[in-house]
Amino acid sequence: MAAHLRPHENMSDPVKTTRTIAVIGNPNTGKSTLFNALTGLKQHVGNYPGVTVERKVGTAKLDDKTSVELIDLPGTYSLAARSPDEMIAVDVLLSQMPGSPTIDAILAIADASNPERNFYLISQLLELGLPVVVALNMLDVAETKGLKVDLEKIEHALGCPVVGLCANKGKGLDDLKAALRKALDKGKKPSGSLPQFPKTMDAEIDALHADLNTQAAVIGRPINRLEAFRALVDKGGHAEERLTAKLGATFTASLTERRARASKTPLPAEEVRTRYAWVKAALADAIVRPAQPPATGSDSIDKWVTHWFTGSLIFLVLMFIVFECIFSFANVPMEWIKTVFGAIGKGVASNLREGPFKSLIETGIIKGVGAVLVFLPQICLLFFFIAVMEDCGYMARAAFLMDRLLSRVGLSGKSFIPMLSSFACAVPGIMATRTIENWRDRLTTIIVAPLMSCSARLPVYTLMIYAFIPAESTILFSWLGTRGFVLFCMYFVGIIVAVPVAWILKKTLLKGETPPFLIELPSYKMPDWRGVLFRVWDRAKAFVVRAGTIILAVNIVVWALAYFPHSDEIGNRYTTHRSMLDEQRKARMVFADARLADAARLLSMPKSDGLISAITQSYKYDTIRDEALKALEASDKDEATKKKEAAEIDAKHAESLDALSKVSGIRPIWYQAVEIREARTFKKKEDAEAQANWVEATRLLDGQESAEFLQTSYFARMGKTIEPAFKPLGWDWRISMAALASFPAREVIVATLGTIFGQDGGDEVNAESVSLQKAMQKAEWDRTSASQPRRKLFNIPVALSIMVFFALCSQCAATLATIKRETNSWWWPAFSFTYMTALAYLAAMLTYQIGMKYF
Amino acid sequence: MTLDQLKPGQRATVETVRGEGSAVYQRLMEMGVFDGADIEVVRFAPLGDPMEVHVQGYNLSVRKIDAKHVEVRIL
Repeated sequence: MAAHLRPHENMSDPVKTTRTIAVIGNPNTGKSTLFNALTGLKQHVGNYPGVTVERKVGTAKLDDKTSVELIDLPGTYSLAARSPDEMIAVDVLLSQMPGSPTIDAILAIADASNPERNFYLISQLLELGLPVVVALNMLDVAETKGLKVDLEKIEHALGCPVVGLCANKGKGLDDLKAALRKALDKGKKPSGSLPQFPKTMDAEIDALHADLNTQAAVIGRPINRLEAFRALVDKGGHAEERLTAKLGATFTASLTERRARASKTPLPAEEVRTRYAWVKAALADAIVRPAQPPATGSDSIDKWVTHWFTGSLIFLVLMFIVFECIFSFANVPMEWIKTVFGAIGKGVASNLREGPFKSLIETGIIKGVGAVLVFLPQICLLFFFIAVMEDCGYMARAAFLMDRLLSRVGLSGKSFIPMLSSFACAVPGIMATRTIENWRDRLTTIIVAPLMSCSARLPVYTLMIYAFIPAESTILFSWLGTRGFVLFCMYFVGIIVAVPVAWILKKTLLKGETPPFLIELPSYKMPDWRGVLFRVWDRAKAFVVRAGTIILAVNIVVWALAYFPHSDEIGNRYTTHRSMLDEQRKARMVFADARLADAARLLSMPKSDGLISAITQSYKYDTIRDEALKALEASDKDEATKKKEAAEIDAKHAESLDALSKVSGIRPIWYQAVEIREARTFKKKEDAEAQANWVEATRLLDGQESAEFLQTSYFARMGKTIEPAFKPLGWDWRISMAALASFPAREVIVATLGTIFGQDGGDEVNAESVSLQKAMQKAEWDRTSASQPRRKLFNIPVALSIMVFFALCSQCAATLATIKRETNSWWWPAFSFTYMTALAYLAAMLTYQIGMKYF
Repeated sequence: MTLDQLKPGQRATVETVRGEGSAVYQRLMEMGVFDGADIEVVRFAPLGDPMEVHVQGYNLSVRKIDAKHVEVRIL
């Protein structure tokens, strides 16, 4: 290995035993599929320091004895870098990336069906002096396009191994592994021709290279010729930028001079022309195009897919399906997860003594884990669709269709899917911004995505709208139901605010040149299902591990604030109340029992002859009555007469029984039988009522107890403290507290309001709970003295201000955790939280103040 | 005549790409839109922008504002 290619041994890996291969290629070459096929599940994902680019490393077995490390570099068209993100590939290849091992060989993946553009990058890779193995993938697609590919001729021209592949069909993998092993063992540099740049250009690059290395001490490392090349040729690029940062303005001036000397025409044009000329020569006999390219399946599909009418229709249908999946279908497994974890929580907790530990386990930890896992259905579904659309090539078309709309706010078509997903849930939406290579666009999308009203905001909107906007109310001359209209407005608020925020971001913090929106519209192909499932699993795992820990931690903190101080005084008072209720219930049941016992005692009195004959006689009277009534029923008499005569029969029966009891002198046994029957019925009724009343009263009591505990918790103290700040929004301390409690997860507000207003005794309260709505309608501001006028807590402006606050506020620990993970910094989630909360506060205040003038 | 002014189905040769020093300039050329390259307009997106062109054997999506940088000569 030429020494100049490894300027310094990697400090963290002084004795390297595994060899490392860098995997690089254009986007859409099947690189992921190939990487997955080579490494299987032995992959590890991390971050490069200081940038948002993901670092993907895996282990591949080339044969029984040889294991190598593979580094997957981001898909790129060229090594010319305009930002730190794009420079990653260069630094890794030059083995000068801190934390990255030295590269022993390069695996370059090219798409056989459009070789020219792919080989542009390869021409740059061949110049690095490392062993290169070219994997020419998608041979099957090339065939459908009518291309004839001669691998040997290409090998001869390039002077390095060229292996043909159909990675998604698994063809050629063994040959590739063998070629890689051979390349590593022999360590042979590419021996074919390289692009011939104009002499003046080469001279200036060499001179610059030498010059830079004399200043290696100032820069901090030796400089590779590649870096000098890029610094000179990429005017305004990142190589120049970071060297200028170390060397000062004189460097820029010297560069300008060198550029003028190197070539009369702009250097980038020289590079492009030279490289494509080399590509043409290298592939001249090797890849033969048919005179008339056959109309491919892709072209026919595109006629429909990008057509103004059918294309838009297909697009809307697909987007609707994606949205519905996250918004609705995911609910089934989500509810299941919530139920399972609720049950686990109760089960575990039932074995523990009452107290903070039990509550921590049940409400803090188990519920917290559930709160993380509940996102999985949405994430998995969304990423399944994204992976399928990416693989088959539709994603590029979707970006193509949407680009115009998004470029208006300074973004590109690639931001569409993340934004759309965020209407269901921002967590997968933000994770989906990976596809946006430009870091400024990506960050803008990440910052703006949470403004889209996600499905967790819906319960708040529903509760407020149902409770405070009458169902019959309409606007616009009775055309539009007000409830539906207000709901629509809330969704719209997010979009309206997102536009200026995106615009401002791009003009200030994320200012920079608008990157060109240049994407390939690749041929359609069948998705690689194994790869798709793998990607879904990969994302899910990443979320649970990275974001999940933060969410769980926040959940525990919230639990603590809401639980403590949990005064014993309150607990004792309610325990006393409960005992009282229990006593009342028992007393009632005891009374019914006593009556039954009495009746039974009378039954066990001795039987005499007179008693027995009286009983027999009474049975005869019963029979007479029954037969008379039957005959009456069967007769032709009319209703009124029948009724009259039935009453007469009954009266006669009662008279006879009366006379009989007077004569016999003791209460005949059948009275006691009746009394027992009645006593039994009475007992049943009393027991049931007592039980029911007790259950209801206990439920109310539990609700009151929870409310009191919450109202004396630290959370409530925080609420009371910030109450003055929220008065301009029309809120009192209870609403402020509910809003505070919702910061980790906004859907919590419904349950919190339920507890605050005493509805927490029985089943889980939800947005449609009429009892909660009624409780809120009745709620009033606290009065310091009875002489103060009563004032309702909620009215329409208050409801609106709450909704607007929730529409814009950053109340989701999961989102913030995801932002942290995707941006690899704490600053961006902090920024997101701050600006959104500030916006929400201002907007809610305005809503309330303006609303009070009208309502 | 610039690339954005062409109609679907028209074929042209790239004469020159303007905008030296900008990201568009370099990227367009690296993707195969450089002096002497053959280019054919396939279609425009339903909303009018971007446009799809066929170059170097593949289909590329280009915004009209970026296509303005490309001087072409119709074949």
